[in-house]
Amino acid sequence: MPDMRFVIPRQDINCEDFASSAPDFNRRSEMMNTDRGFRCRITNIVQLTELEKLFQIRIVDPAERKLFRFKPGQFLMLELPGYGDVPISISSSSTNHEFLELCIRKAGHVTSALFTVEEGAYVAIRGPFGSSFPMDEMAGHNILLIAGGLGIAPLRAPLFWINEHRDRFLDVNLLYGAKEPSQLLFTWQFEEWEMINHIRLHTIVEHDDAAWRGKTGMITDLFNDISVDVKKSYAIVCGPPIMFKFVCGYLDKLGIPMNRMFVSLERRMHCGMGKCCRCMVGSTFTCIDGPVFDYWSVMNLKEAI
Amino acid sequence: MIYKVISKKEFRRFVDALVKSNNSFGPRQVDTDSQGSPVYQFKPVQSVEEIAFDYTATASSAKHLLLPFREELSRFAFHGDEWEQQTSYEADPVVLVGLRPCDISALNILDDVLLNSHFPSPYYLAKRKNTFVIGMDHLPLPDCFCKSMNHHTVTIGFNLFCSDIGENYYLSINSSKAFNFLKEFETREPNHDDNCLLVERRKLIQNSFQTEIDVTALPSILDIEFDSPVWEKWGQKCLNCGTCAMVCPSCYCYSLTESFDTDLKGARREKSLYSCNLVDFAVVAGGHNFRPKNGDRLKYRYYHQHRGFAENGNQQICVGCNRCGRACLSGINPKDVINDLRMEKESCLICVSSSPARI
Repeated sequence: MPDMRFVIPRQDINCEDFASSAPDFNRRSEMMNTDRGFRCRITNIVQLTELEKLFQIRIVDPAERKLFRFKPGQFLMLELPGYGDVPISISSSSTNHEFLELCIRKAGHVTSALFTVEEGAYVAIRGPFGSSFPMDEMAGHNILLIAGGLGIAPLRAPLFWINEHRDRFLDVNLLYGAKEPSQLLFTWQFEEWEMINHIRLHTIVEHDDAAWRGKTGMITDLFNDISVDVKKSYAIVCGPPIMFKFVCGYLDKLGIPMNRMFVSLERRMHCGMGKCCRCMVGSTFTCIDGPVFDYWSVMNLKEAI
Repeated sequence: MIYKVISKKEFRRFVDALVKSNNSFGPRQVDTDSQGSPVYQFKPVQSVEEIAFDYTATASSAKHLLLPFREELSRFAFHGDEWEQQTSYEADPVVLVGLRPCDISALNILDDVLLNSHFPSPYYLAKRKNTFVIGMDHLPLPDCFCKSMNHHTVTIGFNLFCSDIGENYYLSINSSKAFNFLKEFETREPNHDDNCLLVERRKLIQNSFQTEIDVTALPSILDIEFDSPVWEKWGQKCLNCGTCAMVCPSCYCYSLTESFDTDLKGARREKSLYSCNLVDFAVVAGGHNFRPKNGDRLKYRYYHQHRGFAENGNQQICVGCNRCGRACLSGINPKDVINDLRMEKESCLICVSSSPARI
């Protein structure tokens, strides 16, 4: 029989103040339920290419939907119960509070399962996590957006922001490269961006086909088409790891200050909360300090690109 | 902190009462190694007789009692098309007897990483709040280097810490729980002799260290030597087994996996400890590996252990217990790697292959 005098009383952390107080979503660190997601319903699925689908999801609880706010460049963890959760960048407008759009490539275990899911299914999201593009700081400048392949997905949120606040920005150039013409994403928006939002769009593909009338080559070839005013420009770059090296190297040589170049990095993630250490770059968490870094930080981080 | 002195016999009675009334873990001999020396582990104990108070060091650390190898984080229950997530942050009180200062320091580091940051981990918090830690000092083993890491003494993170001063234990009481329990036992205020004995004991421990690592400016040296051939050299020895991270008292990296129940009526999310030396640690979807070579991963581990996350202002997480060095199957020892990096001669000779020429 245990001697009751020496039994250590059990402490219930659920009773502590910070656990019972109302969740403040701007300071999620104070929230207890860090691994409990918001339930979402998939409201629409668009097949973009063979490998990519655009999922439109809507948070079920109206109160949670109202509270969920994100900034362009942030990501969320998409949970498919029984399969796992994956970090996905948010591709919809940050001012749109009705639904979220996620552009997902079929690449791994969870995303393959997600591709078999139909409209109306329930998933969960945790987040938003990570740093964002400093859109207010960029106001009043020329913007150079450079995307390679699926890199257009995280750039779509800042692009939406620019389009919605077009008068705050000067010239906006979007350089977009892909392997093949069929792999170009969001093509139905190209006209809208060019005609209505006055964004100069330059596309290029590595391997052309018979129907392709645009340019063929690497994304760096597009730099010949544009003139960059280095004193008044901000650049946002996202693409495969190899692209960063060439593009950022070129922009650096051109003279754009390092703190005005932003990249969005990709790493393996399991928690999104700076605990699992899987997304470590050098000694920085991609999930907390990233995924958006300025080029100066990236240069300081070993093995970043 | 309140200081008391308790006779060893009375202390055993105290531990016995505590151990008999609670779920407890203490050092026990589980095996002998090839040289015939005993192997200790933290195992469940029912009475004080089972605890080896004079143990040297356990092969694995006590972190598994707070961060289990496998831990179920939450469950999903499926109802037709819908599902529901169930999460509970529950932990039963546990008594840990006989933790060494380095083990307690490692718990303090884990507290810092897992609780004093963004998104505190409720699972760890529940376990930590329900852990009663009794620390004990010890004479260092020949390969302990916790003095170099400044973790050979500890002032916080325990409920009760006892220093061996001959006939008695000198107790540092750090919690009201421990103080109340001790009221039932015969203790006395330390007198001048006890204080002298404590100082002597500390000096003895301080002077017994045989292994030292020069960690002066190590973070910046690691930064400068990022492309050093030393990493490739030691990487060739590394077997990528991940043993070092499993025995480490402060390694906490993990992976999350989800699986369906066999009846398909539910699913569970499990967290399992992982090691940065395992090949797929940094593989992203699509197959790109950000750390493809052995040396890259070994280097990353040393970065985490000895550089900390310097950019984030965090501390180094190595406490100098050298469990990884003892457990490594290919004989990689942090002392040798760091000394090699510092271009110390004797360590360059220990490794099988000589250091490639520095350009």
